[in-house]
Formats: sequence, structure tokens, C-alpha cells
Amino acid sequence: MKILITGISGKLGQRAASKFASRGDEVIGIDRRPWAEAPPGVEVHQTDIRKRAAEDVFRAFEPEVVVHMATVTHISQQSEDRYRINLQGTRAIVDHCHRYGVKQLIFVGRHTYYGAAPDSPLYHSEDEPPLGIHSFPELADLVAADLYAGSALWRFPQIDTAVLRIVYTLGPGRHGTLANYLRGPRVPTVLGFDPLFQFMHEFDVANAIAAAVDAKIRGVYNVAGPAPMPLSAIIREAGRQPMPVPDAMMHITLGRFGMPFLPKGAIDHLKYPIVVDASAFKRATGFQHSYDESETIRAFVEAE
Amino acid sequence: MMGHDVGEKVCNSLTMIAYRPLINEKVRARVERLELPFGEHGIDPYGAGKEELAFGFSIIEILYKYYFWVESRGLENIPARGRVMLVGNHSGGIAIDGLMVLATCFFELEPPRLAQSMVDKFLVKIPTFGALSTRMGQFPGLPEHASRLLEDERMLLVFPEGARGTAKLAHEADELVRFGSGFMRLALETKAPIVPFGFVGAGEALPTVANLYQLGRLLGVPYLPITRYLLPIPKPTIFQLGFGEPIRFEGTGRESEDELEPMVEEVKSAIRELIREGRAIREAKQDEEGES
Repeated sequence: MKILITGISGKLGQRAASKFASRGDEVIGIDRRPWAEAPPGVEVHQTDIRKRAAEDVFRAFEPEVVVHMATVTHISQQSEDRYRINLQGTRAIVDHCHRYGVKQLIFVGRHTYYGAAPDSPLYHSEDEPPLGIHSFPELADLVAADLYAGSALWRFPQIDTAVLRIVYTLGPGRHGTLANYLRGPRVPTVLGFDPLFQFMHEFDVANAIAAAVDAKIRGVYNVAGPAPMPLSAIIREAGRQPMPVPDAMMHITLGRFGMPFLPKGAIDHLKYPIVVDASAFKRATGFQHSYDESETIRAFVEAE
Repeated sequence: MMGHDVGEKVCNSLTMIAYRPLINEKVRARVERLELPFGEHGIDPYGAGKEELAFGFSIIEILYKYYFWVESRGLENIPARGRVMLVGNHSGGIAIDGLMVLATCFFELEPPRLAQSMVDKFLVKIPTFGALSTRMGQFPGLPEHASRLLEDERMLLVFPEGARGTAKLAHEADELVRFGSGFMRLALETKAPIVPFGFVGAGEALPTVANLYQLGRLLGVPYLPITRYLLPIPKPTIFQLGFGEPIRFEGTGRESEDELEPMVEEVKSAIRELIREGRAIREAKQDEEGES
């Protein structure tokens, strides 16, 4: 199968590319960043997904499947650029898929779409609207990109589009929101709060994406692995020390005293849980995670 | 590395005190007998933790057995397992009735069962307290939570009067105010039996003479109850708690309000009858005490 992966040089992009390449799929990638150790046979085109060169890749390669992972996650990257990549980029990819006869489009989104709030339910189902945009405007472009990708389902019904809302990832790649948050020896938490966190191993994420491709699923799906765990248990399991900070002091502590920087809206994510119900995805694809929560954290810690 | 030890540290990060000596080992043994799907970290899929339950119920035990006293009857009406809704009256300013029903189900049923109530959103926002109640299986009152818990064969504790119920003044404590119909739709949708209960005595424990709504709003609570002795602190009281026979209703949950009304009324009159019984027991006892 001919598979095009956007954002291939990111840690998850690399995992997915390796997974597809190892089972004999023809893989090509687009990314602004280089991927020096790309496995043989995996071609990486270093360009922006919004540029003409990216469209040329579609034209020349004629992919059957597109896995769109080129969305910017770093909450530290607060620029208009990020907004443009996430929205205009997604738009360009959907248009190219339509124009160049792509059969299947997988949008790799995030479970943070649902937002964290005191009145948000545990085990979100896919039909729920996003809750946290007003308290966490930095997430707005990712939420919009998620919904925009979903609109391909009715705009271009001939393409099997799947929007995956994947939980936090952790693993040897040490990359992503949760890994960045757990980076230092002391991890800030909000005093008196300890929400459930849901995460999965990056290898399992690659497997889940492959399972979505194989099952040719259409629609919006939550993707999760092991049972959720309290945040403080994750921090301790990772050999870190939780540093409880009163809510009111949180915004002056973050980014100082060796603490990671987090935008103000992210504080709600340290107080209230975002837990998704991934049963529909498991039913549709037969996907089962192979790393449990302890193995996943260990893989993250041992890569240090 | 995982297990007991992590459970303690996790619970500790919420309580922030050396809470372990406060745990009664008998309570811990009862937590072990709860038929909930606890995972390898002693945490169930909704985040209820063994450690927090053992700690929480050790504290509640003191209130339940030494400060208050609950005379319960009709416990055989509560099924030992499977989905069920406990539906009853609410009074007494600060939901001591809920706490006592929770304690009764945990300490008196064999095997013990965890009643899961639907707490007010403002409680979830309170540091430590909110997180501890979640860890004890008490979740924000959302229809999504309620139906999910019932589908998972849990026991749900419902006060259809809501905050209107706890806000009753002392002289109206045994009367019922308007019942929402949400609980009935939920029961029909999930085909869960309803076990009605009547709770008597909460009005005496916390004799509310007035509720301050504006001051309450400033403090982030729905209202602040003012008692005869001003402070919203309940007095040591003996309560009468009666459970009635399970009632099953047939339907889809998509009925109109008019169709639901007789069903709601059936539950309401069962509760009214249980309150009347409890009141009679209470008054007989008070007469006895008066004579001796």
C-alpha cells in the first residue's frame, strides 16, 4: 500500500513510518524537519505541507492512504505560525486528498479536544462537544483542525476519513505534552487535586494508526490503551517528585524555579481529568494495547 | 514498586497528613470485600481508590457509629449486586443524610456495597475535598456518569429533590418538595430497579431556620444554612432510615413528562410512606424516653 505521512520526522511520525515500512508498505513523508536516520525505502520530502512542493508529492506519488500528523502540539510554541500550520495545513491536506484520489485519510488528533473542567464527565464519547476552549484558548486551533478534518466525511464522502483522538503518549521517544511535563526531577501539581491521566505507549500509538488503516474505519474515534492513572502516581512511578503548588500561586511558579512552563489554561488539565471511552475504536479495529501503564512509564524512564 | 506503597503515597498527596494511623483495619478489610473492579494500583476505572475509601470510611465510621446513630430497616430490599438506584428524600442543610446512607450501605450490607452519589459541581472545585470525594466514588452529577455507572452494574444514590431538598427549613424537613424526572428517565433507560428510602431526623440534626443565598454565593456554595444556634454544625442525632421494596418500571426513557408523572408519584408516595413509618418509630421512642 502507498502511504503518505505528514509530520513524519516527529517521534510519532517516525514510529508510524517504521511500522508501515517494516510490513512492506511503500512509505513517503513530508516534514519541515529532516529525518536523518530514516529507514531505507522511506523517502522524506523536506517541505511545508502548505507549499506547492507538498502538492507535488501527492501528484507524483499518488498515495492511497494519507496519515496526517503535521499538527503542532508544543503548547510553548505560541505563534500565529502554529495556528496556520494546524488549520491551513489540515485544509491543504484534505483538498489534496480529494484532488489526487486518496482513498483513506487518517487525522491524528488529541484527546485534549474535550477539555478539562469540573463538570466534564469521565469517559468522553465521540459525540461530545469540546468543553475547554474558553479556559484554554491555546487549544482552539487543534480543536478547529479536529472538527475541520471531520467535515471531510460529508464534504468528500468517497474518502474514508478517520479522526483519531489519541490520549497522551509516553515512551522511549520522550516527546509530547506529557513527556515534556515530566521532564524535570520536580513536577508541579495543583495542591489538593490529582486527576486521572490517560496515556499509552508510542509503539501502541503506531499500532493503533496501522489498525485504523487496515480496518478502513470512517468517523471519529477515541484511542486509548491502559486504564487511567492518578497524575501523582504517574509522577512517582517515573521517579519524580510531585511539587504541590496552591492554585493561586500556580501561574507565578510555572516556568520558574526549574519548573516547566505551561500556559494558564493548562492548569485545569492538572486539576480535572480528561478520560475517554475508546471502546468504539477497539470494536471497529480489534486494536489491543501491548504495553500496560507501568511498562509505558518504565520505557520513558529507561530512555534517559 | 507498585501497589500498596504507591497507593499510600497517592492518597497522601491529597490528604497531606500522615493519615495511615487513622485507618481502622476492620474498615480496610471491608473495602477489600467491595465488589468493584480495582486495578493493579488499587484504583477502579473511575478513579475510586482502596486507600482513600479505607481512610474516608474510617472517618465516616466515627460519625456514623459514635456521633450519630442510624436505625436502619429494610436492608434486605437492597440487591447484593447489580445495577440499582437508591432514591430518597433530602433534608438537613448539608447532606448528612447522603453520608449516612453511604455509611449504612458500606457497614451494614453483606457484602458491603459502595453507594455512588452525584455531588454538586461546587464540591468538585474544593481542593483536597473534591479530589477525595472522587476517589471515594462520588462523582459530579452528570447524566453521562449516572448512566455509565448503572450500565457497569453499580449502585447509584439519588436525591431527586437536589439542593431544593437540603434547603428545607426545620419545620418542613419531613415534607417532599418537587422531584425532578431525570432519575425516572435514567431508571427506564438503563432498566435499573429503584429502591426507595425515607430518611428521618436530618431536620433535627441541623435545624435550619433560614438559608443565606447571597452570602453562600460569595463563598461559592449554593446557600449557607443558619440554624437555631447559628452555626451549620449538626447535633448528635439518631436517624431512622427505611428502605422499601425495589420498584421496576417499564419504558424507554423517552416518555413525555405527563407519562412520567404517575411513575415519579409512585416513588414519591413510597418514600412518603417510609418517612411516615420512620417518624412513627421516632416519636414512639421519644414518648418512651419522656415517660421514663
